[in-house]
Amino acid sequence: MTTQTPETRNPAPAEGSAPRRAIPDRLGTPFARILRRWEVLLFGVAVAIFIANALASPYFLNIWNLSDATFNFTEKALIAFAMALLVISGEIDLSVAAIIALASTAMGAAAQAGIGTAGLVAIGLGVGLGCGLVNGFLVSVMRLPSIVVTIGTMSLYRGISYIVLGDQAYGGYPESFAFFGQGYVLGPISFEFALFAVAAILFSVLLHATNFGRQVFVIGNNDFAARFSGIPVERVKFILFLLTGLMSGIAAICLTSRLGSTRPSIAQGWELEVVTMVVLGGVSILGGAGTIGGVVIAAFVMGLVTFGLGLLNVPGIVMSIFIGLLLIVTIALPIIAGRIKAMGKS
Amino acid sequence: MNATIPKPLAAPATQAAPILEMRGISQVFPGVRALDGVAVALYPGQVTALIGENGAGKSTLVKILTGIYRPSEGEILIDGQPVRFANAQAALNAGITAIHQETVLFDELTVAENIFLGHAPRGRFGRIDWGRMMAEAARLLVALEAPIDPGLRLKELSIAQRHLVAIARALSTEARIVIMDEPTAALSRKEIDDLFRIVQTLKDAGKAVLFISHKFDELYEIAENFVVFRDGRSVGAGRLKETPQDAIIRLMVGRDVKNAFPKLPVTLGGPVLEVKAYTHPTEFRDISFTLRKGEILGVYGLIGAGRSELAHALFGITRPSSGALALEGRPLTVATPRDAIAAGIVYVPEERGRHGLALPMPIYQNMTLPSLARTSRRGFLRAAEEFALARSYAERLDLRAAALSVPVGTLSGGNQQKVVIGKWLATKPKVIILDEPTKGIDIGSKAAVHGFISELAAEGLSIIMISSELPEVLGMSDRVMVMKEGLISGMFDRESLSPETLVRAATGNA
Repeated sequence: MTTQTPETRNPAPAEGSAPRRAIPDRLGTPFARILRRWEVLLFGVAVAIFIANALASPYFLNIWNLSDATFNFTEKALIAFAMALLVISGEIDLSVAAIIALASTAMGAAAQAGIGTAGLVAIGLGVGLGCGLVNGFLVSVMRLPSIVVTIGTMSLYRGISYIVLGDQAYGGYPESFAFFGQGYVLGPISFEFALFAVAAILFSVLLHATNFGRQVFVIGNNDFAARFSGIPVERVKFILFLLTGLMSGIAAICLTSRLGSTRPSIAQGWELEVVTMVVLGGVSILGGAGTIGGVVIAAFVMGLVTFGLGLLNVPGIVMSIFIGLLLIVTIALPIIAGRIKAMGKS
Repeated sequence: MNATIPKPLAAPATQAAPILEMRGISQVFPGVRALDGVAVALYPGQVTALIGENGAGKSTLVKILTGIYRPSEGEILIDGQPVRFANAQAALNAGITAIHQETVLFDELTVAENIFLGHAPRGRFGRIDWGRMMAEAARLLVALEAPIDPGLRLKELSIAQRHLVAIARALSTEARIVIMDEPTAALSRKEIDDLFRIVQTLKDAGKAVLFISHKFDELYEIAENFVVFRDGRSVGAGRLKETPQDAIIRLMVGRDVKNAFPKLPVTLGGPVLEVKAYTHPTEFRDISFTLRKGEILGVYGLIGAGRSELAHALFGITRPSSGALALEGRPLTVATPRDAIAAGIVYVPEERGRHGLALPMPIYQNMTLPSLARTSRRGFLRAAEEFALARSYAERLDLRAAALSVPVGTLSGGNQQKVVIGKWLATKPKVIILDEPTKGIDIGSKAAVHGFISELAAEGLSIIMISSELPEVLGMSDRVMVMKEGLISGMFDRESLSPETLVRAATGNA
């Protein structure tokens, strides 16, 4: 009986004479690839929060309560989808909440003047697009850094709202306008939630299944290489700012409709919540990586946390502490895990 | 260590003992032997010219002397005593200072602060003695005959003045050994004269100078001794004045370079790309040539001769101020890379990581990037088509990768270059511009890239190959265009190619 050493069973091919090895398309099984993803970890967090909520409060598992809970995130998530694309491309828009304020103010003024629901929607969308156009022009055409531009327009847009309204508020929206923020399309499924679901699918397709989405990733990973490959970098960024403005306009319609009134402080501080949602969803703040799926899960996580803590009568300031911790922990975990892995290798 | 290394010519008997001697220095990086047993000696009051092609190992040697690299083998002697530099500070303390091609200086600091950064004169309690610093700076600048106010901020100075500040900084450490790494590259003739006066002062003060330059006229003017490097080896040394330029060029380029890259014989077709009097506001002037079908046009020249800038203009990254293009007889305007790609002109950039690839993205996505219109349908991606396209070029280029979906950044330099080339070939171009196609890649991949370039030309692709490596230019090109200071300084057919003529045309010393 002969025992074979591993060497004789697998003789190393001589240098240069090795047959050309076919390169596989992908490594590992599809299942193994999915398990390694950030979204899986985040989904686990969402499930854990869901279970914790269900255990902590007897009111949580009520279908109408859960439906109500979605309002905590649907409007922000609508903006977060567009923001995700913008952040992946290496830019950011901090004026989104101010766009809501300006669009809402414009709609309020129009409602006072007796304009109907269709007109109000058109105004909301138009103001959103217009604000996005200004941001896009300053970033893509004037080549200014987006963080500076949108901090500026953030003050500008909300400032206009304050000048128009002062300490007043607009109300008196037409009855049919209430549908966008308060209506239900099917059973406990609200119009907002349906819009959120449709937008999630559309943005997911745009980012992950089109040439445009691919270009967004390339720009975020290497602006130079994108230009050197013939991608119209400035045009893509301009479109992304328009899209973010438009989604902010849609969010403004939903929020104004839900609240039934407009104050200049509407949606104050939302820009950071939107960015938090995007980053929590696994989008690299440095650009170049991220998924819409991750943002969807992050929206649920943030919504569930806010809602669950609300049911337990936890004050708002504590909620924001909790969201902050969640953000830091979820960002830190994979980085720490990566370091441990790297240490194991060396 | 190696039988092929000629012995350094014996220094004349009158020579004083060297201040610094390097013996058998080797520097090994993973996969590359950057220096292989080189020997250099520097003498007090004398300038030694370090001569060699790009990539011959000159910069590596400078980094060893300034304590940035620690050599893998060999010893350094100062005044006959062996020394080892643990870091840059140690080299500085040993009396070695370097003036680099681009010395790091700080725009927002004053001239005096720049000169004394890191070793400012101290007063009581370790506080900086500003008065003494200003006075010392002024004294150094006066010694350099440089009328610069030490209180000015650096950003207010001209390039030449900054250079003087860099020199003052180098001298502020009381160094005995001064390394000048291509100090004249950015200077006008008058400024060079000023610089040479400074070098003369250094010599008079008994300092040893190592002077790196590509310009022979300057070297003969200033240097006493020379050392020639080729492919990481010191292949010759001696008294410069007694050695004719031709002999040095022969040492630089070696003799057996022409057969290193067997290029397939190709019957050239008609003209494909005609460039007429292309001119850039600052980088190049009046560039005209015609590229034929299946031709490899080598573009040789020193760094800064305007070669990459010409490629950028042809590819639409920058725009020429005047001149015209014609592709296959039809006039062509290239304002953006998109225009160039659409017309069939593509560019493989010199810095592939920075300009050519999205390193964190998968191989196949990098490969299909400029061909998305072909692999997609109505703007929607089709993964199967992308993999198929990427696979066909990966196989043709013999790409070595674990899978087509791994990030390009995980590949070796040579394989990354294959991805960039594959990416552009997939667009089915008519003209491909290769900018230093084998820079920084290992020998094996180099041969593969050369073989592939030759095959492409044989298939009828027209190629502009910018290269600073003489063997590559000589071995691969049908014709060679030499550029110098933004102008064409020579155009040579394959039959009339010789290393000496190219180097002469590039360095401008007929």
